[in-house]
Amino acid sequence: MTAPILQVRDLRVQYRTPRGVVQAVDGLSFDLYPGERLGLVGESGSGKTTAALSLLRLIKPPGHIVGGKVVLDGQDLLALPEEGMRHVRLAQIALVPQGAMSSLNPVLLIREQILDGLRDHETGLSSRAQTARVNELLAGVGLEPAVAGMYPHQLSGGMKQRVCIAIAISLRPKVIIADEPTSALDVVVQRRVMETLGKAQEEIGAAVILVGHDMGLMAQFVNRIGIMYAGQLMELSPMKPMFQKPLHPYARALIENTPSLAVKAIPRSIDGSMPSLMELPSGCLFHPRCSYALAACTTERQTLREVRAERRVACWRAEDIAAGAPANAGAATAAGALSPDAAPEKIGLNA
Amino acid sequence: MTALLEARRVSKIYGEHRIGRPRPVALEDFSLVIDTDHPSITAVVGESGSGKTTLARLLLGLETPTTGEVLYKGHSLRSLGASNRHAFRRDVQVVFQNPFEVYNPFYTVDHALEVPIAKFLSIRSKQERRAIMMDALAAVGLRPNEILGRYPHQLSGGQRQRIMVARALLLKPKVIIADEPVSMIDVSLRATVLGNLQQLKDELGISIIYITHDLATAYQISRNIIVLYSGSVVEAGDVNRVVPEPQHPYTQLLINSVPWADPERHWTPEPSRAHPMAAGPDACKFANRCPNTMPRCIEHAPPLYRTEPSRLAACYLYDQAPVSGPDGLMAAFGRLDEADGAKSDAAA
Repeated sequence: MTAPILQVRDLRVQYRTPRGVVQAVDGLSFDLYPGERLGLVGESGSGKTTAALSLLRLIKPPGHIVGGKVVLDGQDLLALPEEGMRHVRLAQIALVPQGAMSSLNPVLLIREQILDGLRDHETGLSSRAQTARVNELLAGVGLEPAVAGMYPHQLSGGMKQRVCIAIAISLRPKVIIADEPTSALDVVVQRRVMETLGKAQEEIGAAVILVGHDMGLMAQFVNRIGIMYAGQLMELSPMKPMFQKPLHPYARALIENTPSLAVKAIPRSIDGSMPSLMELPSGCLFHPRCSYALAACTTERQTLREVRAERRVACWRAEDIAAGAPANAGAATAAGALSPDAAPEKIGLNA
Repeated sequence: MTALLEARRVSKIYGEHRIGRPRPVALEDFSLVIDTDHPSITAVVGESGSGKTTLARLLLGLETPTTGEVLYKGHSLRSLGASNRHAFRRDVQVVFQNPFEVYNPFYTVDHALEVPIAKFLSIRSKQERRAIMMDALAAVGLRPNEILGRYPHQLSGGQRQRIMVARALLLKPKVIIADEPVSMIDVSLRATVLGNLQQLKDELGISIIYITHDLATAYQISRNIIVLYSGSVVEAGDVNRVVPEPQHPYTQLLINSVPWADPERHWTPEPSRAHPMAAGPDACKFANRCPNTMPRCIEHAPPLYRTEPSRLAACYLYDQAPVSGPDGLMAAFGRLDEADGAKSDAAA
């Protein structure tokens, strides 16, 4: 097997707030292989975006990276001085940001925004060479050369996001981090942007980390999925086996929750909500919402471990679930859309 | 019988018309009748700029149509008398997209529930008002003691949106217009809010206009669907017919673009478009993106054809079918009501 291009080990990120310290990413470890597409999935507050931005060291106070290693091609990014990190960003590890609508500078031509990073990293490009590079990059994401002479407000959301992809691949990085790149786009545009990203990635041979919450998008794009919950990885598995048989109860709930055009029924929702990062439960962080929880789950946390070939799961019952164990009888999670104790059987308003 | 709420040939054009530029038509010649005899959920889907939010605002009386009328019990919203306006505000409720923006952060969420009670229900007793609030919260699956007395920032997006649904149902409205009610909240909580809406329809007989860009949720909770493209209805009808077998090329593109949460089912390649033709002002709005564009599409936009008893499509591919009139949507949806009894008999 080839060596990983990116190794993340025990990454810890905190937000220091007046009300206390919040552990947003708690001991995240994974490997990313060249050319691979890894999905990082979670609900809001799961730490997925914080984790992704930490890999680029783009976390701003009150956020702080407090521990761990991010080794890109043999080099620990967390040990680099800030100036060294500036040379690595964009050139070796690049970001396609969330919300392309607001990530371009409204008063600069697209051409200038693409060249900004290029000029910084590759000095001495002639003006003709610059134009050629801009046109080539725009063509690579399916945009006309004329776009170079436009301002962001003249472009549609999908075009803006493709400009962001063009910027991200401009220096042929080894790793592209795409943070919900299509969250504000319509399905038709979303598909085009994802196809553009996939094509550009294959062309430069980069690996991609796709951060998001849409399991449908993950199924269409990635090879491997890491599921985050309250700052921790719950399951890290190749995509197809994960969809066929999720081994972590949370992964399973997420997959079963995804609305589909195949079945006309409202999917179940996961009962309860993500714990506040200020008041984490004891033991496994998911146990209060878990329909497989045992007594042990309330006191002791299972670490991510290899349960099946290439499948790593942080659950005491992963083997049981793999063997087809049923959920606990009367488990709250299986109750359907409304929790029974909160919803009276009939809506009665005495107005 | 007079319909509770009706849009009659409504168009909305924003801004002014500049010569040589296409008119910014947000919604064009839209007609829909919402009656209360057959409560149902109607989904309105389309991409951004398709006019779906404009439609919501027109139905709520927050925008005035450029041409056409929105009628409440037969009276135009332009000239509602004070008592009718009061009744309209009570009967037609809304749930907006963003549960983070609709609250005043200085008040506890009780305030959002107390104001409609004070304005519309003449209830003096404090205990009774509290009982109503608690009932409404319980009806959307919230525990009142965890909600009342809290400030908006202390609650999750899902909780806030469910309070908005509770607020809407406090007044026992006849219609709720829900504009992207779940797009801002987490996937795991969406099902709960959608379940609430469906429950309101089933148990309180409230008709719901569900405006969304998400086809999957539209399919799950609605019976009828209206697909808007650039301000015009391109396809409409029984959701069980439209989603599995879309007829209009735009609906087909839309449905083929939904990412399936199934690794075995890949995105189908986008059909290449027919060679682009210069489109005139009267052309079909989808002509420059359509794989099936014909010369006549450029000359004149197609009318809505009644391709099946319970569905319509605005495309010349179906020009064998009869042309539907301005009340075509209701005819198609109405046929569905008639067919309902027969269908359940057949199922049994």
